[in-house]
Amino acid sequence: MPALREPGARYAPPRVSTLGLRALALIATSIGLLVVDYRHHELAWIRASLTSAAWPLQSAVHLPSAAWHWFTDAGATRAQLRTENEELKLAARSDQLRLLRLEAVQRENVRLLELLNATPRDAEKSQVATILRVDLDPLRHRVLIDRGARDGVTRGQPVIDAHGVFGQVTNVSPIGAEIILLSDPSHAIPVQIERNGLRTIAVGTGDALRLSLPYLPRNADIKVDDHLVSSGLDGIFPEGYPVARILEVKRDPSQPLASVLAEPTAALDRDREVMLIWLHQRVSAAEAAAAQVLPAPNSNDAPHTSAAR
Amino acid sequence: MIQQDTSRWAISLISLAALLAAIIPLPNALDILRPDLLALVIIWFAVMQPRAMGLGYAWCAGLAMDAMRGPSLGEHALTYVVVAYIAHRTYLRFRMFPLGQQCLFVMVMLGAQEALLFWIDGVTGHAMLDWRRWLPMVTGAIVWPVVASALKTLASKD
Repeated sequence: MPALREPGARYAPPRVSTLGLRALALIATSIGLLVVDYRHHELAWIRASLTSAAWPLQSAVHLPSAAWHWFTDAGATRAQLRTENEELKLAARSDQLRLLRLEAVQRENVRLLELLNATPRDAEKSQVATILRVDLDPLRHRVLIDRGARDGVTRGQPVIDAHGVFGQVTNVSPIGAEIILLSDPSHAIPVQIERNGLRTIAVGTGDALRLSLPYLPRNADIKVDDHLVSSGLDGIFPEGYPVARILEVKRDPSQPLASVLAEPTAALDRDREVMLIWLHQRVSAAEAAAAQVLPAPNSNDAPHTSAAR
Repeated sequence: MIQQDTSRWAISLISLAALLAAIIPLPNALDILRPDLLALVIIWFAVMQPRAMGLGYAWCAGLAMDAMRGPSLGEHALTYVVVAYIAHRTYLRFRMFPLGQQCLFVMVMLGAQEALLFWIDGVTGHAMLDWRRWLPMVTGAIVWPVVASALKTLASKD
């Protein structure tokens, strides 16, 4: 009440700084956000809306290099195009031959599986996505692609390129998605040695040209140049896709485990386009027997459809 | 002479530019050294114009950074608030520092930020143990004089 103040006394409001309080409130909010983001995937729409808000900026950064690629493509000379065309025709012809054989083998495989009464292999469809020229974090191997939830992309979806397994989807927004590469230090993929079927896990090293296989005993049957394929035990990656080639095997007698390095077959650091794969739910043998037909219900809406049973 | 505070629009634009600078593609060798310009902008405005923008601004900027590139949402929001808080608390002292000492103090703040990020990454399962993650705090301190003088020119134009 102002009447209680002595006349003539200067009113000096107490200087209480709320800076610390505000900082604490904001820090608490951030921690809440971190927890929600870490634990509650049902609140993923918060993240999705924020990342979609960031999308225009990311595309703006991507635009100059995209324009440059378009420009060089448009400016290609007739001779360049002709040689490229020749090469592509040659490649297409040899691929066609191999495909013919593959189809025969696949039919045989289906027949054998039916004989064994085993579950049918996963049918799949795929779609090409472009990698955005955006640097997310130099030490984390993550990239953005231009396909998102509206194209049917989901979290945990496998991504491959022309040479092998590339990574998996970690975050999805309506327009785009973030992919974690095989070489990210926090990524691991279950693999199998093609030669003898030995199963192990390939872990990213933070170097796009190296994967490490830290869980192999010293006497494991593994040699340089062995090929690693995905084993499909994680239920994320389809089995049988090439993952890496063994570069180096070190067996130190004083260590129980061998130290093994492999080189990913996918061009992790050079790709501009990758393929998203959709696996259809594994159907149990009983269900498959009950409903003889398993064709993909929605395998026709993607431009690059390859339904393989 | 009392310098007028920069308008909120100008600060938002400058922050947006700093945000874009964080994801512009660079060759790998430079990418590892890329300083966190947004953190430097936040420090500068907290120190030179403490009334222009509050901690809420730092929080929003951090959230934008997380949306752009963070593996987990909220980590940059948290660390930018901490950096802005330190800068707000020490702005009178900071302005008196000679340039070299300013750089050193900026490095300490960026180091505190990186340590928090390191810890949050570890807790949320995105652990990143590579020693090179500590390099940007050094480059941030090195480019501080440039950023500070650039922001000073920008701010005086308004």
